[in-house]
Amino acid sequence: MNTDTYLGKNKYEVDEGNPHIRLVDSPPPAEFGKLVRACPAGLYKVGADGAGTFDYAGCLECGTCRIAASGTVVASWRYPGPTMGVEYRYG
Amino acid sequence: MADFDAIVVGSGCAGPIAALELARAGKSVLVIERGNYCGAKNVSGGRLYTHSLRRVLPGFAGSAPLERRIVRERISLLAETSNTTIEFTDAAMRQPEFESYSVLRARFDPWLAAQAEEAGAEYINGIAVESLIKQDGRVTGVQAGEDAITAEVVILADGVNTLLAGDAVGAPAPLPDQVAVGVKQVVALPASVISDRALTSDDEGAAWLFVGEPTHGGVGGGFVYTNRDTISIGVVATLSDLVGSPTPVYQMLEDFKEHPAVAPLIAGGEVVEHSGHLVAEGGYDSLPPLVGDGVLLAGESAMMCINAGYTVRGMDLAIAAGMHAGRSAAAALTAGDTSAQGLAGYRRALEDSFVLKDMRTLRRFPAFMEHTPRLFQSYPAMAGRVMQKLFLLDGNPVRPLRKAVLPILKQAGYTKLAGDALRGIKAL
Repeated sequence: MNTDTYLGKNKYEVDEGNPHIRLVDSPPPAEFGKLVRACPAGLYKVGADGAGTFDYAGCLECGTCRIAASGTVVASWRYPGPTMGVEYRYG
Repeated sequence: MADFDAIVVGSGCAGPIAALELARAGKSVLVIERGNYCGAKNVSGGRLYTHSLRRVLPGFAGSAPLERRIVRERISLLAETSNTTIEFTDAAMRQPEFESYSVLRARFDPWLAAQAEEAGAEYINGIAVESLIKQDGRVTGVQAGEDAITAEVVILADGVNTLLAGDAVGAPAPLPDQVAVGVKQVVALPASVISDRALTSDDEGAAWLFVGEPTHGGVGGGFVYTNRDTISIGVVATLSDLVGSPTPVYQMLEDFKEHPAVAPLIAGGEVVEHSGHLVAEGGYDSLPPLVGDGVLLAGESAMMCINAGYTVRGMDLAIAAGMHAGRSAAAALTAGDTSAQGLAGYRRALEDSFVLKDMRTLRRFPAFMEHTPRLFQSYPAMAGRVMQKLFLLDGNPVRPLRKAVLPILKQAGYTKLAGDALRGIKAL
């Protein structure tokens, strides 16, 4: 499955062109794989060609990738800018 | 002269209560919340034990946007093909001192913030505190966007994923075995359908915890809480274990929802939100320093959370910690000393309260869970096999119970079973 349909139910204000999570260049696949399993939004994906992709737009701002992979995959992690990011309506 | 007596970072459970106590004590207090409204960034399971809220706001039940009073507890050993459940209900669950409610934070937190505002706290929403302002090692304010705002004391109630606690008190980021990843969905259903399925009235509801299949045998579990016209359903998996799992955590939730023992509960419902949250699971031994010069930590930002297997708590701890933080900060302000020494009464107050007493009592439970994989991997299925011997009849002659059941337990190993049971009890 992928999480796109579910994330589509959430309300976001995406800060286009201004990612609040930045990844290192060519992260080790084993470390990247940890985030494929741990990100509750499923935003870390490995394509058919084996290349990892990440999209900050659906971020739930939980911090899992910061704790699991700071320095190995995640180069920098901050909260989205003012009024940006996810806006929970239930929580 | 500082801009405010106190600044509170974050308006979840701990923050507004701290601000309320400071305002009640006549101190000027500013709460900075990065959500556009309070609760916009907040997630919990969630079930609130109300004892600590009652102490600060005795009339809460009349106005707080609570979902359902929990009057049914279920705890289940969920295996691939079976589910073994203990259910408990008791008239005492309706007594004020024991009352607990399901809550949705985007509804509950704005109400809590409004109580602080009514008491006199000021609020800024929609901007995150990016860093602390320090002078000679002492916290003297916060930087939020363009604004540098100063205070005699800063209370960090900015949640488990705090980016400020390190600078404030030197707390390292939590380790992957000290946090669990929670993924939750809110499923909309008519209130009467939820009541029928939970076997409750429309004002009352059920809390249901699962171990085993929800995490595909990994450390963690699943949960269901009935809200007024939604059901909260989720999986919580310890991060250090999860990163090595063959299954992504969102897939675990999908599989959990489709399990035959769970699916009928949410059948026909519509997922209206998908959320994620880290859960502080390291217990007492993962607590950071709670006090620094000019700064206090309360709630999840200080890893205040308890998972005892059958009860999972964070919000009642955060509310009590917020109360003590607010009171201790107010007393320190009055005394004119908000250094770490002047604020030390906060730690003592928490040690004397249920917050740190309970965390201390259960300090060995996180390690017990982490080192007892059988709890998650094999015991749920074993319970199912024992129940099969009790309940399944096909006309073949039944065997005496001890002959039917003991081999199942023997397969698991009597010594291991007894050892795990004993260690579990000791850890609780």
